[in-house]
Amino acid sequence: MNFVVCLKRVPDSAAKIKVAADGKSIETSGVDHVISPYDEIALERALQLREEHGGEVTVLCLGLPEASKEIRQALAMGADKAIHLKDGGGSRGPFEIAKALAEVLGSIEADLVLFGKQSIDADNGAVGIMTAQLLGRPVISLVTKLEIADGKVLAHRESDAGTEVVEASLPAVVTAQRGLAEPRYPSIKGIMQAKKKPIDERDAPASEGSMALDSIVPPPERQGGRIVGEGVDAVAELVRLLRQEAKVL
Amino acid sequence: MASVCVFVETAKGKLKKSAAEVLGEAKRLAGGGDVDAVLIGHGVSGLADDVAALGASRVLVTDDDAFGHFSVDGFGAALSKAVATSSPRVLLVAASVVGKDLAPAVAASTGSALLADVTAVALNDASVTATKPIFAGKAIANVSGNTPMVVVTLRPNVFEPATASDGAAANVESVDAGVSKADLRTIVKEILALASEKLDLTEADIIVSGGRGLKGPENWHLIENLAEAVGGVCGASRAVVDAGWRPHDEQVGQTGKTVSPKLYFAIAISGAIQHLAGMNTSKCIVAINTDAEAPIFKVADFGIVGDAFEVVPVLTEELKKLRE
Repeated sequence: MNFVVCLKRVPDSAAKIKVAADGKSIETSGVDHVISPYDEIALERALQLREEHGGEVTVLCLGLPEASKEIRQALAMGADKAIHLKDGGGSRGPFEIAKALAEVLGSIEADLVLFGKQSIDADNGAVGIMTAQLLGRPVISLVTKLEIADGKVLAHRESDAGTEVVEASLPAVVTAQRGLAEPRYPSIKGIMQAKKKPIDERDAPASEGSMALDSIVPPPERQGGRIVGEGVDAVAELVRLLRQEAKVL
Repeated sequence: MASVCVFVETAKGKLKKSAAEVLGEAKRLAGGGDVDAVLIGHGVSGLADDVAALGASRVLVTDDDAFGHFSVDGFGAALSKAVATSSPRVLLVAASVVGKDLAPAVAASTGSALLADVTAVALNDASVTATKPIFAGKAIANVSGNTPMVVVTLRPNVFEPATASDGAAANVESVDAGVSKADLRTIVKEILALASEKLDLTEADIIVSGGRGLKGPENWHLIENLAEAVGGVCGASRAVVDAGWRPHDEQVGQTGKTVSPKLYFAIAISGAIQHLAGMNTSKCIVAINTDAEAPIFKVADFGIVGDAFEVVPVLTEELKKLRE
């Protein structure tokens, strides 16, 4: 069974985000980067499924040359090998990312492709679905439980209606939601072994510019900070403010 | 040909609240021009009049038993077909659980740019531009799509909903998606733990969230009672979800849900940066915390420094009285 996990390098969720001088990107100096958390959950489940069913886990990452650090991290967690589509920079919409990934995925044996449900930087949540669509494969999003049997995937996914139990034939694509798995920490042995694992480096296709990132601005400042009072004595005043001033009750 | 087309979502035989929001924005973008709406489901044809009353000039309906459950490929094919009939410059879809699956599928199959989860959108001569929070709201991106059609998903609770008018009967056209149940690539085998009447956090008007200061899951009745008293939905901080006190789908923050309710209560939540990112676009924020220095107070419109175990029951009683 061949598992492919698509992952993205993103600033850590604890990072403060500052707009860079060009007004089109964010300041990256002093910012810790990580594997996007949902992608890491997808990777963990892929590693577990490999342990159950055998096979190989390949990591596929479209990202700047610096993303080799996050790729090594994935290899240290236990992935067998990696493909790094090196990005020369510039903005790329989700559709262009999906096209680049689908092109690679279409040329390798990938029984199950796993994505995080979204990256925590661009917050589009689109690349997994688009890639599946381009490959013409079934996709199950927001997966919280995932099993493989008889050439099929059986997944639990969160929907408005409740927890859906969804089945699809392999090859298939899934996107991971929190709850699917708890990512492991790499062992020392894993970190040592990762240094020898192969990374197939390729140039990412040039961006076609169907979408542009025109500018990035800081969010509007909230005018918060008003303390109504202390303890239960402040409750009556709070209720009055909510009704008469904020008019939300 | 309409310049703007929308997908209207249904649940349990009714239009969802988001249908009024996408139609409200569509009418504003069309500036008096025609708006097409696409309705897909099984047994949904009867809702076409409701869609027309919200301002759609034409309703494109695909009604077939292949669409009893949402599926990415089934609904994607049906919407792509309807869009080919409408050929709009912009397709609006709510950024809901369904919309976040559907919009990328249609964008990919039509080769369109996707502007996802936006809080503002504009139609220009050469492009469609939008404002979109990134990093869960730690920054705002201004983006543009340059393809012949641009697919845009609208963040729930942000756009002014259309109000229903007693208009003329709907101008309805039926669209055959050419999809049968047997064609679908995914099969919904069953639905467990039916999410009763629980509204998704991203669509709730009022959210009451609890944090680690509540000391344990056994104290969650404080949050639930307050939520009930104000007609709100329960949320939680990451610490609480990580500790296993509350389910993942209640988590608000950068690795949970990004929400913009009218009213957000942060109870015993200190306000870690990743939590603030997920809720600071709420219209009104109330914080209750023992620590006067907690970062949550910096973003709160109204704060009470105090023990949630004392303050919340009193607040709950006061709000209950209001409702009676």
